[in-house]
Amino acid sequence: MSGLARTYRGADGAAGPLLFLHRTAQVALGEWVTVTMPGAPDRRGQVIDAGEAMTVVQVLDDTLGLAPGRAAVTLTGEVARAAVGPELIGRALSGVGRPLDGLPAPIGAALRPLNGAPMNPARRLRPSEFIETGISAIDGMNTLVRGQKLPVFSGPGLPALELAAAIVEQARAPRGEPFAVVFAGIGITARETRGFLERFAKSGALERSVLYLNQASDPTIERLLAPRMALTAAEYLAFECGLHVLVVMADITHYCEALREIATARQEIPGRRGYPGYMYTDLATIFERAGLLRDRPGSLTQLPILTMPDDDITHPIPDLTGYITEGQIVLSRDLHRRGIFPPVDVLPSLSRLMNAGIGRGRTVAEHRPWADQLYALYAAGREARLMAAIVGEAGLGAADRRALAFAERFEREFVAQPDGGRRLDETLGTGWRLLEGMPREDLTRLSDAIWAAHAEPPNRHTAEPSG
Amino acid sequence: MTDPRTARIRRVTGTLVEAAPLPEVGLYELAVVGHQRLLGEVIRLEGDLATLQVYEDTNGLATGEPVVPTGRSLEIELGPGLLGSILDGLGRPLPDLARTHGDFLPAGAEAATLDPARRWDFTPVVAAGAAVSAGDLLGTVEERPGFQHRILVPPGTAGVVATVASGPLTIREPAVTLGDGTPLYLSHRWRVRQPRPVAERLGDDRPFLTGQRIFDFLFPVAEGGTVAVPGGFGTGKTVIEQSLAKWADADIIVYIGCGERGNEMAEVLSEFPELADPRTGRSLMDRTIMVVNTSNMPVAAREASVYLGMTLAEYYRDQGCRVALMADSLSRWAEALREISARLAEMPGEEGYPTYLASRLGTFYERAGRVRCQGAPERTGALTLITAISPPGGDFSEPVTQACLRVAGAVWALDPSLAHQRHFPAVDWETSYSEYLARTQPWFEREGGAGWGAARRRLVELLQRGRELKEIAALVGPDALQDEDRLILESARLLRELVLAQSAYSATDASSPVGKTLALARLGLALHDAAAAATAAGRPLERLDLTGARRALAALRDAGPADWPGLVAGAEVAVREVAGREVAGREGGP
Repeated sequence: MSGLARTYRGADGAAGPLLFLHRTAQVALGEWVTVTMPGAPDRRGQVIDAGEAMTVVQVLDDTLGLAPGRAAVTLTGEVARAAVGPELIGRALSGVGRPLDGLPAPIGAALRPLNGAPMNPARRLRPSEFIETGISAIDGMNTLVRGQKLPVFSGPGLPALELAAAIVEQARAPRGEPFAVVFAGIGITARETRGFLERFAKSGALERSVLYLNQASDPTIERLLAPRMALTAAEYLAFECGLHVLVVMADITHYCEALREIATARQEIPGRRGYPGYMYTDLATIFERAGLLRDRPGSLTQLPILTMPDDDITHPIPDLTGYITEGQIVLSRDLHRRGIFPPVDVLPSLSRLMNAGIGRGRTVAEHRPWADQLYALYAAGREARLMAAIVGEAGLGAADRRALAFAERFEREFVAQPDGGRRLDETLGTGWRLLEGMPREDLTRLSDAIWAAHAEPPNRHTAEPSG
Repeated sequence: MTDPRTARIRRVTGTLVEAAPLPEVGLYELAVVGHQRLLGEVIRLEGDLATLQVYEDTNGLATGEPVVPTGRSLEIELGPGLLGSILDGLGRPLPDLARTHGDFLPAGAEAATLDPARRWDFTPVVAAGAAVSAGDLLGTVEERPGFQHRILVPPGTAGVVATVASGPLTIREPAVTLGDGTPLYLSHRWRVRQPRPVAERLGDDRPFLTGQRIFDFLFPVAEGGTVAVPGGFGTGKTVIEQSLAKWADADIIVYIGCGERGNEMAEVLSEFPELADPRTGRSLMDRTIMVVNTSNMPVAAREASVYLGMTLAEYYRDQGCRVALMADSLSRWAEALREISARLAEMPGEEGYPTYLASRLGTFYERAGRVRCQGAPERTGALTLITAISPPGGDFSEPVTQACLRVAGAVWALDPSLAHQRHFPAVDWETSYSEYLARTQPWFEREGGAGWGAARRRLVELLQRGRELKEIAALVGPDALQDEDRLILESARLLRELVLAQSAYSATDASSPVGKTLALARLGLALHDAAAAATAAGRPLERLDLTGARRALAALRDAGPADWPGLVAGAEVAVREVAGREVAGREGGP
């Protein structure tokens, strides 16, 4: 990359968000571009195809009224960078880093390239520390672990953002270590933005948060930058400032739509449902920025939210996400309809790193069999519910009837929970209470030793001190 | 300053670079691209314009920067020091890159696969005057404690030995010199896309023991065979690949993490050195080579990584080792191929994949096999290939899965509904199959125990019948079934839990010896027979007490390799007691 700025008078074509330049020299892929036109604010863009014969610039701002012939295009000689640093905490910025809170633009402690660099897998530290989210269906059944990327699979109209907000408010580091939240709003509506901001301000979460808000009214193309801005800032806070950073990104579906829009504008060969064939790789460059590094104190945990179009989990967006992330939290329309909050369906939900974060010294020794037992009974109850729909409840065997009743209680008393969150010991206690209501022979996943220890505990339902 | 003959970048688009003039380069030749010295491979030539796929991040690469051909194609240096190493898709050791470049991977970093300074104690077996040809043994070095690395004459080389060195040598000092002056070193370079030659391909009648009951018992794979493991996300492909890497009966394991998760690789990298090789008791890393190209690392290197891993596996096979190659996941490799093809504006085939997808996959699978190696002394080697496949939406009709199914000898199909029931390995025993079944059965009858084939057949029948009855029960309710049928449902469930399910995280049952596998199946079936005899004699199913026998069988399943043989007799008694008591119960009964 040259490092020198060069200005071309007049571009040779434009289509959608793209601008075409003929006969350019020394243009670099990813080079940052400014486009000026008399009487219009400066626009910014990025080189997405660098060629001597033709260069393609992706314009980040609205291209309405952009006349290529009258525009001056400056190739800056720099790649896209973000200002990063601890001073960003408490700020609200646009998806491309402009202040939205009326304060001056952040200068930052450093400027970092937006794309980052992949972590060396040999330097990664295996995630193993429990994060308490205050949500029973997560803490108990699908435990979130530091350095994990655990998406929420939502559907249109389901309260995914409320769940994210609750997690942000309630999340606790096990030993009260320094903790920060980076929120990337991607194409979210003004209503959602306002609701989120108000909740954040009221709970005080804003003071430890950095917000990057790309709203639905902002140019589509900025959606591609917003998560990278947020992650570049988060990486700095995590690995240079030693904070434990939780990155919430909503909504990844809007991000993928933007990716498809640009691919189509470039006349690329479409893959499944019109999404570009490289969507997996592209999403991986976002999600894989979660993790921990050896000999560095901080961590970067991701909680991306995506909306499954038509609640279809096989749609390319949830499908490719599921292949990259370490599990998923799936929201259920059925539970939501019945007024259960958070409407987490624990059966298709999964935390792949759960085993690394639970057990003796982390949560409690019997966490795994306890969760397996709840899961098995609930799964049996759901199966019985299906069967009851066909043969009627009276047609069920005695064990199936018990499982069915258990499933009802599990949903109403364990999954559903009051505002403010449950501590882990409350979550465990709630689960035990449900299990105690069942005959011993139904509890096949609990060994006699665990059952006996629970029945006559020295200190019942209490989490062991960690460390 | 600018030499007009130097090739310059004309265009950068994604991972592709067009450069000219390059009139002399050949296809698949490597070139150094740009000021950052990125590595690229020529994949298309038109006149003097060459298109290169660049193996590293191309952001910041500009038109006008130089491109210098190297005259070589993508190669790996093969020699002692590979075992235990963790390489990226281009063969660079990742720990070395961390030492020189820090925690994040830069573009254009250089690191040698093998340490050129390390000395190996070479024990020659040839003397001056001996005529040698490709594959002949020159001598050995102890690569890892207990592992003798055979130094062979590289393929395509022959001559009469002139001088022989011995004692501590680096890979840059000649071990043997031939009469025509050709030096032979402890290492040599090989093009990763080119299969290494063998003397003869052999049959596949020896099983590759996985330690996983469902595979060894129901869907065995032969040594030198190929397996496709298709499954949607969350069905446990990676856990299966890792279990096999830990427990499978092989001399050498090559594990390719191709476009997968970084945290998973971190888990493998922290866990493997701690684990003991079940056969030697030494660190598992001593028999393992990792090739790691996570999903966010450059996509062209992902495409190359599977060939790199295959070449490493072939190299050890040529030494007479039994090698297992795990590739997780081939779908990510195919996607890399699609991405590159799309950027080349090639005419797409199904779902945008290039039309050569199936032929490339076929050629790759065919590099597996049990072989007679080239050269003397005579030896056989085997390369068993286990490939994970990640079909979008879990839909097996997609092109990558279908192309793999056509060439793989065994298919272990993973089922999300089993995974949701937390039944692992979540292998669907109806859609899975193995073409090695018939040829490997004699070995199992001989080594696993008599009755292996009969027990297997009965188990499959019972499972099949169980599934049919389950569908009926879902319509009419289980209470509407006859006792006999309800018992089949119960027994099918029990055998699933006893034989088919196996916890990869169990300290004692993560690997199951064939004897234990057969004992569990045999006793599970015997328990079914005992209960069936009782119900047939009119005893209601509700009044059968099977708890003791079930407990004994579960204890047998959960027992470790040293303990399980001692529990067989007790379990047999418990099963017999069911029969005995039930018969007695009938006699003295109501």
